[in-house]
Amino acid sequence: MLHVRGWLDWLYATGWASAIRENEYAFPWIECVHVLAITLVVGSISIVDLRLLGLASRDRPVGRVLRDVLPITWAAFGLAATSGFLLFASNAPAYARNPFLLVKFGLILLAGLNMVVFHWWARHSLQQWEASPLPPLRAKLAGAVSLLCWIGVVAAGRWIGFTMMSRP
Amino acid sequence: MMRETLAAFSAWLELTPFSRTLQTVEWAIPAVQTVHILAIAAVMGSMLLFNLRLLGLRGTDVPLARVSKRFVPVIWGSVLVLLASGAVMIAAEPARSLLNPVFQLKMALLLTALALTTAAERPLRRRPGYWSDTVVRGRVARLFATLSIGLWVAILCAGRWIAYVAVH
Repeated sequence: MLHVRGWLDWLYATGWASAIRENEYAFPWIECVHVLAITLVVGSISIVDLRLLGLASRDRPVGRVLRDVLPITWAAFGLAATSGFLLFASNAPAYARNPFLLVKFGLILLAGLNMVVFHWWARHSLQQWEASPLPPLRAKLAGAVSLLCWIGVVAAGRWIGFTMMSRP
Repeated sequence: MMRETLAAFSAWLELTPFSRTLQTVEWAIPAVQTVHILAIAAVMGSMLLFNLRLLGLRGTDVPLARVSKRFVPVIWGSVLVLLASGAVMIAAEPARSLLNPVFQLKMALLLTALALTTAAERPLRRRPGYWSDTVVRGRVARLFATLSIGLWVAILCAGRWIAYVAVH
């Protein structure tokens, strides 16, 4: 674990991490980008999830919803990860100790795994059911897991901010 | 005069039992903030897909009036959740927001964004092809969409900055 500790300290001491920490505008502006990106991730993926659950956009084939929305989700996720890394770097050792960060990463991993399993399963079967207003149980399950994971990611993220703020 | 009234109101609100409870129950504020961010995610996803459809960049296989019917009600529903969760946050720390110039700016931007959404959505109810009837209307629709995306991003950033702008 020593090299992790060393890496966190190195990250903390880099010029750009110090700049984010010390400049009074840098951190809030990067936070704005991070919140914007996360709301776009959650706001877009939930459109897919609700379609998979058969609760919205029922008259539109699932494949078209996926093609329409997922590029937005991925672009926003890239922005969220980049801005999130910058925020993390500004105070790396303290963030690494925050338990909610671990919860958040675990939930993002779970959401990713859920997505991989769904796409693998749907790669052949999608055409058979995509036009149906109410998708099969496995698709509904994927939608529900995704929705719950991302709600959890937002909550854990908010708790990271809240528990870091009260630190002296 | 306005400022003094707001200051007096804040001072009164701060001492109400509801406000006191929010200040002492540790998880109350992050929980309400999580609801607030999830509702922002719903607004951001919905407004983006509606505006990108107005710009002709997304969802062009679905008629504009249908896209509007799918997403604009979500914006209004989420705004109600945002007003309710926002009111709880104000109750917890009235002076931090009510007397904050960034909060006042945010409310002005919000009213503008909602007016713009109404102006873009209303004509579609009577005439689904309204925004493509003439070249000029097409340009106006694209201008509305661009302004609307910019306004919602500005509202989100203003929201984050409320926490950083000190109220004297």
